[in-house]
Amino acid sequence: MAHTQKIPPAIPYLIRGYPWQHLGSLGFLFFWLIAVTGFYLFAVLDTSVEGVYSSIVWLTREQWYLGGIIRSLHRYAADAFILVTLLHLTREFLLGRYGGFRRFSWLTGVPLLWFAYISGIGGFWLNWDQLGQFSAVASAEWLDWLPIFATPFTRNFLTAAAVSDRLFTLLVFVHIGVPLLLIFGLWFHVQRINRAEVFPPRALGIGALAALLTLALALPVVSQGKADLAVVPGPLALDWFYLFLHPLMYVSSPASVWTLIAGITLFLLLLPFLPSSRRVPSIAVVNPDNCNGCRRCFDDCPYAAIVMVPHPQATIVKPGLQLAKVMPDLCASCGICAGSCPSSTPFRNVPALVTGIDMPQLPVEALRQALKLRLAALEGDTRIVVFGCDHGASVEALSGADVAGFSLICTGMLPPSFVDYAWREGAAGVLVTGCRDSACAFRLGSRWSEQRLLGLREPRLRFNAARERLCIAWADPGEEPELLATLTDFRRRLATFAPPPVLQANRLDGISPNTPETNAGTGGTADGQI
Amino acid sequence: MVKSKPLAWLAQGLLYALFALIIGTFSSWPKYRHLAPEQALIKLSFTHHGKRVEDCRQRTPEELAKLPPNMRAPMQCQRERSPVTVEVDLDGQRIYRHVAAPSGLSKDGASTVYQRLEMLAGEHRLAVRLKDSAGGSDFDYRREETVTLKPGQVLVIDFNAEKGGITLL
Repeated sequence: MAHTQKIPPAIPYLIRGYPWQHLGSLGFLFFWLIAVTGFYLFAVLDTSVEGVYSSIVWLTREQWYLGGIIRSLHRYAADAFILVTLLHLTREFLLGRYGGFRRFSWLTGVPLLWFAYISGIGGFWLNWDQLGQFSAVASAEWLDWLPIFATPFTRNFLTAAAVSDRLFTLLVFVHIGVPLLLIFGLWFHVQRINRAEVFPPRALGIGALAALLTLALALPVVSQGKADLAVVPGPLALDWFYLFLHPLMYVSSPASVWTLIAGITLFLLLLPFLPSSRRVPSIAVVNPDNCNGCRRCFDDCPYAAIVMVPHPQATIVKPGLQLAKVMPDLCASCGICAGSCPSSTPFRNVPALVTGIDMPQLPVEALRQALKLRLAALEGDTRIVVFGCDHGASVEALSGADVAGFSLICTGMLPPSFVDYAWREGAAGVLVTGCRDSACAFRLGSRWSEQRLLGLREPRLRFNAARERLCIAWADPGEEPELLATLTDFRRRLATFAPPPVLQANRLDGISPNTPETNAGTGGTADGQI
Repeated sequence: MVKSKPLAWLAQGLLYALFALIIGTFSSWPKYRHLAPEQALIKLSFTHHGKRVEDCRQRTPEELAKLPPNMRAPMQCQRERSPVTVEVDLDGQRIYRHVAAPSGLSKDGASTVYQRLEMLAGEHRLAVRLKDSAGGSDFDYRREETVTLKPGQVLVIDFNAEKGGITLL
């Protein structure tokens, strides 16, 4: 059995990494909490002008133990939803995740902000307390700046007599209808994300819900006096997550706020099309002669960038043979497809290893050659090969007299048979690392790698492979000391095992395992440095 | 690196507490006061069709004969409406004047006005004038009244021709 070393998360990781990588799925969680609590509130809401306020107040006061908590959860979940949504947007922006293969997700995310704010602000009106009154009047005044209403929308809130029961029925319709649009938009938003994470990790989800429940109990949401259109509400406990636009409008003007909002929206929509200085990485390349249409790359691609098309070599003998086709605009250049390809095995007896799907910047043949060369240069009985990724804890620092570190684009691009191959070429052990599953730069790379190495996913590491010589330890940047400790521990364990068969055979023959002769006949020469 | 479980739990607990603190704080704080305590608000708002720019006239029998039988309306009226002019004086000072154009591509829709006028609470002499016809220089409707506004009170100035014109609500 492979040794899976769980490196405990460091505090910097908890602060910097863990929650931030799940902002989107936290948003989903809060959305569903809003929906579930909203069902109950809708059931008890009286949509008449006279009844809407009193029904909510009754719920808050008389049924505080259920309805009151549900109301508070509804509001706080809405606040949390907008908070994590804005943080999610900011994080993706700062990481430059808006262009290329992420353009679709970015563009489909922009309207969701509008939907979130429309449904959120409308929710305040439904309480029809002084805060709802203020928000309704301010929103109406803002909307009236646009020449879209024949009669000013504000006239609906001019006097108490102007407010009708039907208005609240309409508001309920909007408050339910727009979130339905939001769900539809969210579905689009994750369309290009294979196996999108729509729920956060259990611990994070439970923790976030517990935090909101505690808040609901400690600081229950209450109404702020019945709406009275004959009076301007006094000091209001404003919900700044949603209603900040109103004070902003009163200190500037409706035109300024429209300009700001329209400008931000336009900027977000144009951002993916602006010229970028980022180098466009090479996308995966399919070699039809080595692709048998097995669909593993299709299944494993984190961004649904691979489609299956009829194979040009389909014959009567092999009808329906398929070929993987890479959609250039969607390819993230992670190489996970190369790691999933069964023809990526380094044991193939060919002069130059050409696989069904490969990364031009780091072909599996170059990896095989580099592995052989680096292994040949190692010394000692505990020679260790470390496969890591460019986005996780650095493996370069681990390299030494008996350690060869390989930093891949993503650990998911490592064909599992390379582990076996390393053992056969003289490695006493193989350490596989990379970003943590929850923090994987390409979402699924470390997860697929671990499953492949543990024999849970195709292509699997050989069933009877010496898994005790395999160590899997995920570590993020900044966790290099922990990874080094894991390596040291792994080396100590390897020292208790018998030397690998290839070393034993070389000793019997009096051949140094470091000489090129021992590796003759297994391939060409390396032409690249990794 | 978090070696001990309690420390990890504590760190996570602090993060969740911070999360709840942020939500709880900005969902109700800082308080916002829309209008200064000593102020009141007048909302001037109406939606009103100005009079036609040209008066309707009787069609001659010859003109009627030229029209299809189903379109022989005896009166011919131009669609365009006059803009509506409104002025508000407070304590003898003009604080607002606006000419509201008729809506619609043919300028045949209602003229609409919505304006907030913030002022100190107390007794004021309020004068409102409205003109909805094209000809002449005099206003068609006038209302002058002494009003006492409480702090935070909203006084609505509307227009309803059927109720005598300018109304204070």
